[in-house]
Amino acid sequence: MKILVCVTSVPDTTTKIAFTDNNTKLNKAGVTFITGPYDDYALARAVELKEKTGASVTVLNVGEADAEPVIRKCLAIGADDAIRVNAEPTDAYFVAEQIAAIAKENSYDLILMGRESIDYNGGQVHGIVGEMLGLPSISPVMQLDIDGDTAKITREIEGGKEQLEAKLPLILGCQEPIAEWKIPNMRGIMTARTKPLKLVEPTGTDKLTTVASYELPAPRGAVKMIKAEEAETLIQLLHNEAKVI
Amino acid sequence: MSVLIFAELDEGKIRKSSQEAIFYGAQVAEKLGTQATAIVIGQADDSELASAGRFGAGKVLHAADAKLNEPNGMAYATAVAAAAQQEGSKVIVLAKSSLADAMTARLAGKLKAGLAANVIELPDLSNGFRVKSSIYTGKAFAYNDLKADVKILAIKKNTVSPVESEATAPVEAFNPSLSDADFVISVKSTEKASGDVLLPEADLVVSAGRGLKGPENWGIVEELANTLHAATACSKPVSDLDWRPHSEHVGQTGLKISPNLYIACGISGAIQHLAGVNSSKVIVVINKDPDAPFFKSADYGIVGDVFDVLPRLTKAVKAL
Ligand SMILES: Cc1cc2nc3c(=O)[nH]c(=O)nc-3n(C[C@H](O)[C@H](O)[C@H](O)COP(=O)(O)OP(=O)(O)OC[C@H]3O[C@@H](n4cnc5c(N)ncnc54)[C@H](O)[C@@H]3O)c2cc1C
Repeated sequence: MKILVCVTSVPDTTTKIAFTDNNTKLNKAGVTFITGPYDDYALARAVELKEKTGASVTVLNVGEADAEPVIRKCLAIGADDAIRVNAEPTDAYFVAEQIAAIAKENSYDLILMGRESIDYNGGQVHGIVGEMLGLPSISPVMQLDIDGDTAKITREIEGGKEQLEAKLPLILGCQEPIAEWKIPNMRGIMTARTKPLKLVEPTGTDKLTTVASYELPAPRGAVKMIKAEEAETLIQLLHNEAKVI
Repeated sequence: MSVLIFAELDEGKIRKSSQEAIFYGAQVAEKLGTQATAIVIGQADDSELASAGRFGAGKVLHAADAKLNEPNGMAYATAVAAAAQQEGSKVIVLAKSSLADAMTARLAGKLKAGLAANVIELPDLSNGFRVKSSIYTGKAFAYNDLKADVKILAIKKNTVSPVESEATAPVEAFNPSLSDADFVISVKSTEKASGDVLLPEADLVVSAGRGLKGPENWGIVEELANTLHAATACSKPVSDLDWRPHSEHVGQTGLKISPNLYIACGISGAIQHLAGVNSSKVIVVINKDPDAPFFKSADYGIVGDVFDVLPRLTKAVKAL
């Protein structure tokens, strides 16, 4: 079985977002970039499937050179090789085109990715790749088991979950608790240095969406504190002042 | 050239978030000088379908093929794409939901559409087509220029507050051609909480964290929520520990919500938690630690023990 895991490089979840250049660029100063948290789940499940079934795991990132530490970490966690499509990943359709182009060349049995990236939160790439390749896509996937050429999947739905079955090949957007996140060990880190990382130039159409500028939310007003002994007052305030109940 | 709105059903009723989408879509249509058409997929009675008119739909397309009774992102995308083609729609509006997310992604691929997710304002048409969306899990906003011929707007809850009219919309049967490829994923079973207010749709949310100490203590959270007719939510460690189901986990890696009221009980307010709830209109924090970071992001705060405060709040709501 051949598995492709698509990963993004995103600001660490504790990052306080700020912009520069007249609010047209993310201020990367002091920001640590990490693998998208949902992509981490996809990779962890891929590595588990590799350990169980001997599958091969290729990591794919559409991103600029500064994403390479994130790719190396994925290799250290257990991916066999990696591909980086050298482009800024700001448009879901464009990113999907790059993934589809790589997938067409290599015919994977499973294409795993996170349900969404935590920067643009589009959650679109899996479905668009599915359309481009004429393959089914399922998201958000909480459990995945492979039995021969059949995938048994649990998908989250509003207030519950759904058990699904589909034949491979498939494209899945993953989330917890599909697997436990994996932390690279020393041996992984050493071997990751020698694993192949192939650089590919982008193809496809121009971006269908661009961001003209960014903005930060207005700060909330000062908090109104209510003494615990007078907790009931809160309900009055929510009713009469905030008018939300 | 109408604006097409996908209105999602939940047990035969148009979801509240879809009513917002219809109202939003009707305003976009007005800006563009055109009509708003809603497409509804699945079983619903005529009066429910016609009620789309109350929120501004000029017409409803109803796809009632029995094969579409089960929500299926791929088949629904095929149906909506066919409707967009029939109506010549260049703008498609829908509300974010689990089904809509799966569908939108396929639809964007089919139509080669420019898509903005988590849209929070009406588009600015003064110079192209620009929409404001929430990004970085609510930590920032982007002004997106949609350049593709077809544009899809997935709107966030509470982006508009619908004003209802008396209008009813005419309903037309719609029969898209579906292929076997749309049904290759088979649903074996579904588990769904019933009766409760569903979290993604809820206007009021009572949420609790590790401060509740254990699942056996959730009664006080549920009581307050039931009394307010609110949904319940939780922080990530709480769902990781299986105290509560994963579908209640809000935050960076959980559900992103924007209710009118979010009451956080025994939650510290880590940046990853805040990320999923910071677009709530009013935030109340109850925590026994006066230095809990959550107070910095709250509108109202009580430094106190949840085991004492929550039952008293429930009583006070009952007395309203
Ligand atoms: C990549 C990543 C993603 C994450 N995503 C999410 C996410 O999506 N959602 C999320 O919630 N977290 C997320 N987290 C975890 C987050 O960082 C915090 O660990 C988590 O939100 C803490 O949950 P908590 O506030 O319930 O628990 P704690 O941090 O343990 O805080 C409990 C709070 O309860 C208070 N308390 C205790 N007893 C009482 C009492 N009797 N009465 C009143 N108050 C009391 C304490 O003072 C404390 O403030 C993520 C972390 C990472 C690294």
